[in-house]
Amino acid sequence: MNFDYNEEQQLLADSVRRFLAKDYGFEARKKIVASKDGWSPAVWAQLAEMGLMGLPFSPDHGGFGGGAVDLMGVMEAAGDAMLVEPYLATVGLGAQFVARAGSDAQKKAILPAVVEGKLKMAFAHTEKGSRYNLSKVAAQAKKAGSGWEISGEKFVVLGAPSADTFVVSANTDKGLSLFLVKKESAKVKAYVTLDEQRAGDVSFSKAPGEMLGAEGGALPVIEEVMDFATALICAEAVGAMKFACDTTLEYLKTRKQFGVTIGTFQALQHRMVDMFVSYEQAKSMACLAASKFDSATDAKDRARSISAAKIKIADNCRHISQEAIQLHGGMGMTDEMKVSHTFKRLTMIAQQFGDAEHHLARFAKLS
Amino acid sequence: MDLNYSQDESAFRDEVRGWIKQNLPQDLREKIANYDELGREDLLRWHKILAKKGWVAPAWPKDFGGNDWNVVQRYIFEEECGFAGTPPLIPFGLSMCGPVILRFGTPEQKKRFLPGIYNGDVFWCQGYSEPGSGSDLASLKTKAERQGDHYVVNGQKIWTTLGHIADWIFCLVRTDSTLSKRQEGISFLLIDMKTPGITVRPLILMDGGHEVNEVFFDNVKVPAENLIFEEGKGWTVAKYLLGHERMNTGRIGASKRELAKLKEFAAKQTGDDGKPLIEDSRFRDKLTRVEVELMALEITNLRFLDQMRRSGQPPGADVSMLKIKGTEIQQALTELSMQAVGPMAQPFKSVANDPDFDEFTAGLAPRYCNFRKTTIYAGSNEIQRNIISKMTLGL
Repeated sequence: MNFDYNEEQQLLADSVRRFLAKDYGFEARKKIVASKDGWSPAVWAQLAEMGLMGLPFSPDHGGFGGGAVDLMGVMEAAGDAMLVEPYLATVGLGAQFVARAGSDAQKKAILPAVVEGKLKMAFAHTEKGSRYNLSKVAAQAKKAGSGWEISGEKFVVLGAPSADTFVVSANTDKGLSLFLVKKESAKVKAYVTLDEQRAGDVSFSKAPGEMLGAEGGALPVIEEVMDFATALICAEAVGAMKFACDTTLEYLKTRKQFGVTIGTFQALQHRMVDMFVSYEQAKSMACLAASKFDSATDAKDRARSISAAKIKIADNCRHISQEAIQLHGGMGMTDEMKVSHTFKRLTMIAQQFGDAEHHLARFAKLS
Repeated sequence: MDLNYSQDESAFRDEVRGWIKQNLPQDLREKIANYDELGREDLLRWHKILAKKGWVAPAWPKDFGGNDWNVVQRYIFEEECGFAGTPPLIPFGLSMCGPVILRFGTPEQKKRFLPGIYNGDVFWCQGYSEPGSGSDLASLKTKAERQGDHYVVNGQKIWTTLGHIADWIFCLVRTDSTLSKRQEGISFLLIDMKTPGITVRPLILMDGGHEVNEVFFDNVKVPAENLIFEEGKGWTVAKYLLGHERMNTGRIGASKRELAKLKEFAAKQTGDDGKPLIEDSRFRDKLTRVEVELMALEITNLRFLDQMRRSGQPPGADVSMLKIKGTEIQQALTELSMQAVGPMAQPFKSVANDPDFDEFTAGLAPRYCNFRKTTIYAGSNEIQRNIISKMTLGL
C-alpha cells in the first residue's frame, strides 16, 4: 500500500506544474484560447520537450513506457491550469489506438512522430444519436483496392481541427473496425467547446483509410482506450477540483461583508468543508481508476473500477463546481475569474466519456 | 502507487479473518446478523475471547496487555471484526478510560482499574454529556465538592450509553465554579455505579431500544483517590481522551457487510414489475451510489493510514471526515434496506407474539430510525465540520 507518486512521477508532475505556472497562467491561457487555432504550437513543443508526449508509449518508439498512474500528476496539473492543448485527444485517445491495436509498421510510422510532438491525432467515434453507447456506429467502411473507403459523420471529435491523423470507427461486413484517416480526407466543421477547447464535427466521404487492428474486433479496444482516457480525465478533474477548492477557500478568507471575512460564517464554513471532503473522495477514486487501469487483469474488473470512479468524479465535479461559484457570489459568475472557467471544465468532465447515469448503468451490468 | 495491502498485511488480514471465523460463537454471529439487541454478557463474552488471545487492546503498552500492531494492522483488525459481524468492543473502558489511566493515572490507580478493563470484568460507561451541554461540553454543571477525603457529587448526566449495565462511570465534574474560563475547574472522576445516591433512568429511543440513560447524582460520596490527574485539570484529560480515537471511525468493514446483505435481500424482493428489485434501475442507482461512496471512503481511509504510518503523526481532522462520510453511508444503507421491503416496512411488533411474525423485516425500519443517531453522537457531524473548518482549512 502506497499512495504517493514515485520519485520520477513526482519530479515530472512538479516540472509540469512549474512550467504551467510560469507559461500557462490564466492570462497566457486566455490569449491561447482567443487565438485563431485555439492552441499554442510553442506550448505543444514545450510539452513534447518535457517528454509528456512519450510518457505512455513504449521505449521502442521513443517513449517511456508509462501507464495511467504515471500520467496522473500530469493530468492533475493540466486540470489546475486548464490546459486546452489537444493533449488528451492525441496522447490519451488517438495514439493509444495505434499503440494498442496497430501493426508494427503503423506504430513505427506514427508513434515516434507523436512522441516528438510532430503529429497530432483525434478519435472520431461519437455519432448523432449514439450518446455514450460505444457500439452504436453507423459509419461504413468498404474495401477499395488494397485499402478501405470510409463514409460517415462523426460528432464532437475532440481535437479535430488540429488533428493530422484521425482514428475513425466504422463498420465493415465483419463488424466494428478502426481506421487511420489523414486529415486531407476529412471535412472538419470546427468549434470551440464550452470549456474552451477545440473540437469539431467530422465527415468522411469515401475517405481512404488504413485498417487499424483486427477487422470487426474494434469494440474491446475502444472500450479499453475510453477507459484509459476516462482515468485521465478523472485525474484532470481532481486537479481542477483542487484549484476550485483552494481558490474558494482563499476567497472566504479575504472577502469581507458586514465588517468580517465571510469565512467566519458557519453557513459557508460547512459548505467549504463539504467541498474539501468531496475533493478527497474524488481523489481516492481517481487513484483507483488509474491504478486499476494499470493493474487489472481482466477487462471486467478494469471497467467496473473505471465506471465507479467516473460516477463519483461526475457527481463531485458538479458539487464542487456549483459550490465554488455560489461561495464566490456574483464574482464567480464573471468571465474574468478563473474559477468560472474551472466551473465550465468540471461541468464538461462530468459528462465527458459517460455521465454518472451512463456509468451507473454500466457498473450495474458489470456487478 | 499501489492500492493493495503488502504481502505481510494480506497475510495478517487472512490470519485475523480466519481466527474470527473460528472463534466467533455462532449464537453471537446470528444475533448480530438478525440485528438483535446485545446484552452485557454478549458484549463481554466477545471481549473476553479477544482478551485471552491478546487482541483486545492493541494500542496499550505491552506491559498492560497491548501488542505492537502498527496503525495498518489495527485498522485491518477492526475492519475485519466489522466485516465479520462480531459484537462491538465497547470503547468506554478499552479506548477511553483505559488510555486515560495509562497516561494520567497513579501506579495504584493503574493496578486497581486496568486489569478489570482489559479482562472485561468491569463494564464502564461515560459521564460527559449533560442536559444543558451537548456539543458544548465545557458548559457542564455537575458539581463535585471536596469534603475531607472524598468528593460529594450532585448533578445529572445524559445520553449515558449502556449506563444501565455498567459497573463504573468516568465523569467530568466541576470542582470549581468560580473561575471565568469554563474549561478550568473541571475534574475527571471515577465513580462506582453502586454508590448510594446514583439513579439510572432509561431513555427509550424511538425504535423502542434501550441504549442510553440519564444518570442522576444526589449527594454521591466518591473517595478522593478516584480523582484522575489533578483537581481542576479534567479538561486536559478530556481532550486527551477525545484524541484517542479508534482506527475504525469510518466503519467501513461493517458497512461492507451491510451492503452485501442489502444486495442479497434486494435480489429476493420483487419490484412493481415483478422482476427482482435489484434490477430496478431507480433502486439500483441509489444502491450503486452508496457502494461507490463506500469504495471512495475505503481508499480515502487507506490514504490517511498510509500517511500516518509514514509520518508517525496521530490522525488529525482527517478522522472527522471519516466520521462524516462513514455515518452518512451507514444511514443511507439502513434507509435503503427499509425502502427495499416497501410496504412490508410497516409492521413493527406482533401483538400476540405470533411465531410467524417476520422479525427481521420488522426490524429494518426501527434500524433506520436508530441510525439517525450516528450523525449526532460522538461529536455531531456539524461539530466535525467545525473541526475540519478550523484545523484543516484554517477558517
